[in-house]
Amino acid sequence: MAKTSDLDVAYVAKLARLNLTGKETELFQKQLGDVLKYAEKLREVDVGNVEEAAHALPIFNVFRKDEPHDWLTAQQALSNAPQQAKGLFIVPKVVE
Amino acid sequence: MSPSKLPALTIADLQALLRRREVSPRDVLQALQARIDDVDPKIGAYLSRDFESALRETEKVDVDLPLGGVPIAIKDIINVAGQPCTCASKMLANYIAPYDATVIRKLRAAGAIPFGKTNMDEFAMGSSTENSSFQPTRNPWDSSRVPGGSSGGSAAAVIADEAFGALGSDTGGSIRQPASLSGLVGLKPSYGRVSRFGVTAFASSLDQVGPLAKTVRDAALIMNAIAGPDSQDSTSLRNPVPDYTAGLNGNLRGVRLGVPKEYLIGGIDPEVKRAVNAAIEHLQSLGAEIVFVSLPHTEYAVSTYYIISTAEASANLARFDGVRYGYRAKNPKDLFDHYARTRGEGFGAEVKRRIILGTYVLSSGYYDAYYLRAQQVRALIRQDFTKALEKVDALISPTTPELAFKLGERTADPLKMYLADIYTNAANLAGICGISVPCGFAEVDGHRLPIGLQLLGKALDEARILQIAHAYEQSTGWHKARPPVTSQEETAKQKQ
Repeated sequence: MAKTSDLDVAYVAKLARLNLTGKETELFQKQLGDVLKYAEKLREVDVGNVEEAAHALPIFNVFRKDEPHDWLTAQQALSNAPQQAKGLFIVPKVVE
Repeated sequence: MSPSKLPALTIADLQALLRRREVSPRDVLQALQARIDDVDPKIGAYLSRDFESALRETEKVDVDLPLGGVPIAIKDIINVAGQPCTCASKMLANYIAPYDATVIRKLRAAGAIPFGKTNMDEFAMGSSTENSSFQPTRNPWDSSRVPGGSSGGSAAAVIADEAFGALGSDTGGSIRQPASLSGLVGLKPSYGRVSRFGVTAFASSLDQVGPLAKTVRDAALIMNAIAGPDSQDSTSLRNPVPDYTAGLNGNLRGVRLGVPKEYLIGGIDPEVKRAVNAAIEHLQSLGAEIVFVSLPHTEYAVSTYYIISTAEASANLARFDGVRYGYRAKNPKDLFDHYARTRGEGFGAEVKRRIILGTYVLSSGYYDAYYLRAQQVRALIRQDFTKALEKVDALISPTTPELAFKLGERTADPLKMYLADIYTNAANLAGICGISVPCGFAEVDGHRLPIGLQLLGKALDEARILQIAHAYEQSTGWHKARPPVTSQEETAKQKQ
């Protein structure tokens, strides 16, 4: 298992697209270091050939009839938009 | 009955009055509104109320429906069309739900009236409701203490008679723990028993919606309305839904209960230990057989839970990008700045902490060591429960090792806060059902603080744990206790 000191909060925050203040970075580094140190316990477990459980109760092949039905109108879908015009979401310009 | 007495009723008693036409749904809602206006300024259970549309609904509701005319409070993580759904986050401060979650559609079909949204830890991340971006919620038994969390608003509302019953959500204990700390019944259904459609996702493989109620029967009545398959949630189970009230007959003969020996560890508050031991003896006197069982991977449950739940949360919360809804940062320099500042300004500290942890355990080079291994340990934890529950009908333990703690007491130490989830996390990892039922009180600083008993049952065995909890509840009467919440009117009288 990786060393807990490997956690670089500032770098992970960039991966997560999440601005942190300097104070938050420092605090989380310490707090999450403690949490990861505690989680090192998992290293003791003999997981051998245990198949991982992604879900609590495995169920497979869930299908429903593919039938059209009414859903949100465009206006309803836009109703919480931070910015909108002419039935469209307006976003900051991202291309030069 | 005088209207001011109505809010203290159980759902079952309220229904009897409604069906005999002794009160109207309108009387009931207005009485509840008066109670909330009176006591909620001191408790802070609600984030929003919509009495105007709820009053319109009382005009046309059929009181003979299973929950006809019963107002139900809803945790602010569940979408109710036309009402705010903030998840107690600045990120969604102005969000108005454009549709009903499936559980709301089902509650309405059963005649219930969702009239208000309750406070919670932001995005359901926390055990004290202190992570709400908007307000703390105070424990009605002692206003200097937390009501538990994350469904703390729902718990405080019900025990303070500001709601007849409520919906919460439980990802690692968020229904059972506040039910325990507030003196209520709280049921976490088996994974897949209740639809998650329209419930803002925290950890999709763990989340379940369930009831917080004054009695086991009330919890069963709410379960009857909300359980069942949903074509809009592919993880919902198709198994038929039984009538959860059918087995509430007080009979415990032939019932076998298992005490997990790994749960009898140090760090349990002596008062909690005393009350739970007394409860076990009491169940025995009612005819239940008590045996010791083993859950060998208990000590790994909290680590496993926090790795899996934060991994799933970091992916689920990626949707909050400031584009289609929610908070958006002003004047971004570029796209990265738009995302990073929107999320940095919109999320609170605990949510950020969990996104960082979740992103880390999923990142290249660490995935196998943390996430994959946690999923393997999860399989072993599930196996422990399957084996133990082959021998007994239900497992029995404290819901939480401690009593309600003081506001601000734990916020500086996240690990300590996480470790208190020891008895509740594993049920979510295993997908089984669990219930917390009041089993006594501790006297601390002149306040009575509630203690909860947890029963864990096999997947889809809700009817069984409800039956056991009901037999216990009816023969003890702990559920009849109410906190000393004085109305403003009473306070004014006392001053005169």
